[in-house]
Amino acid sequence: MGMVMLVDGIHDLGGRQGFGEVGHSPAEPVFRRRWEAVARALLVAVAGAVEASGGEFRHSIERMEPGHYLTSSYYEHWLTAAATLAVEHGLVPRSELETRAGGRFPLSGPVLAPPVADAGPDVDTPRFGVGDRVQVREWHPPGHTRCPGYVRGKSGTVVRVDGTHSVPDIEAHGTARRREPTYSVRFDAADLWRDGQHGVWVHVDLWDSYLERS
Amino acid sequence: MSAEGHHPAPVSPVERRVAALEALLTERGLVPPGFIEEITRRYESEIGPMNGAKVVARSWVDPQYRQRLLADGTAAIAELGFGGPEGDHMVVVENTPGIHNVIVCTLCSCYPWPVLGLPPAWYKDPPYRARMVREPRTLLAEMGCSLPGDAEIRVWDSSAEVRYLVLPERPPGTGGLTEAELAGLVTRDSMIGTARL
Repeated sequence: MGMVMLVDGIHDLGGRQGFGEVGHSPAEPVFRRRWEAVARALLVAVAGAVEASGGEFRHSIERMEPGHYLTSSYYEHWLTAAATLAVEHGLVPRSELETRAGGRFPLSGPVLAPPVADAGPDVDTPRFGVGDRVQVREWHPPGHTRCPGYVRGKSGTVVRVDGTHSVPDIEAHGTARRREPTYSVRFDAADLWRDGQHGVWVHVDLWDSYLERS
Repeated sequence: MSAEGHHPAPVSPVERRVAALEALLTERGLVPPGFIEEITRRYESEIGPMNGAKVVARSWVDPQYRQRLLADGTAAIAELGFGGPEGDHMVVVENTPGIHNVIVCTLCSCYPWPVLGLPPAWYKDPPYRARMVREPRTLLAEMGCSLPGDAEIRVWDSSAEVRYLVLPERPPGTGGLTEAELAGLVTRDSMIGTARL
């Protein structure tokens, strides 16, 4: 791949067009097949064994090959994450997984972001308060982030301040941690989309370092 | 769960992969006996939208509880005994005749487990996640949730640590019902915001 950095994973779906109707059902079994329940439990077992943070777990799904991600179910995502983390942390060798499965066992792609060595100091005091106008940074980090692409570069208004939480962009890439305030930021749909619908407010919860004063 | 009984379906590739990982982890002592069954049982029978329905019904009969619920969702929900993973930071958003709330997670599948259980498949699939933030008025109508044309729609994308619960309006003509009967009227979708009662 040379110097090309793959960013903006396929999982970041907000606002993507071309998807059809929602396959809604008013009620359904919690697990449609037994393998779904097993896959879910295996992820819990692996994440516990390797002490994966929420960020590392989510990123192990986000690194799936895009075609596989879009054409597989939620619990296949969890299975792929469990197997990927198990192989990356040396719990099981990939070759043995494929031997036992009797065929290909697709895992997620490699981590592209460098490990975070120094997370910097915690941010205890919110920089913004309710009613403040803020702008979301326009950037494309090569690793995990919880800043959806559709709000980057957009301006909105803080409607809630939620205390401090570990920054996922950091915890996904090593053992370093930094805590920052998170905010619920309200965006006018007309500011987010050229075809934004009238009378719609979209609220996105964002970490302090995702934001600049508008 | 599958109900094939004595006629098991052919084992699919994904089932073979699950079995391979399960076997390798079990051999290494990473899956204790009964672990899978315990996790499955918990989410199939203890945790689900019947919990959220009790919260909603309580808020309809007890105005002071409703105030506490809107002020500090986590604490008020804990009063009824519900809490835990994906429910540590709860915010309850209230529907009114002119305001409709709906929740989504565009980046993955965040959902308030202690009050709604595990999310339904459609909530986790791409069409809902892609469309609810861009064309909620169209999508809600398509899902059978009809709103007045001038109703304000508030979409909540669960992108950080807060998990949301929509507080639906109490349906008219339910004045004589008990709290338990009211809870029976509250649907999962009304607490996601893809339906009104």
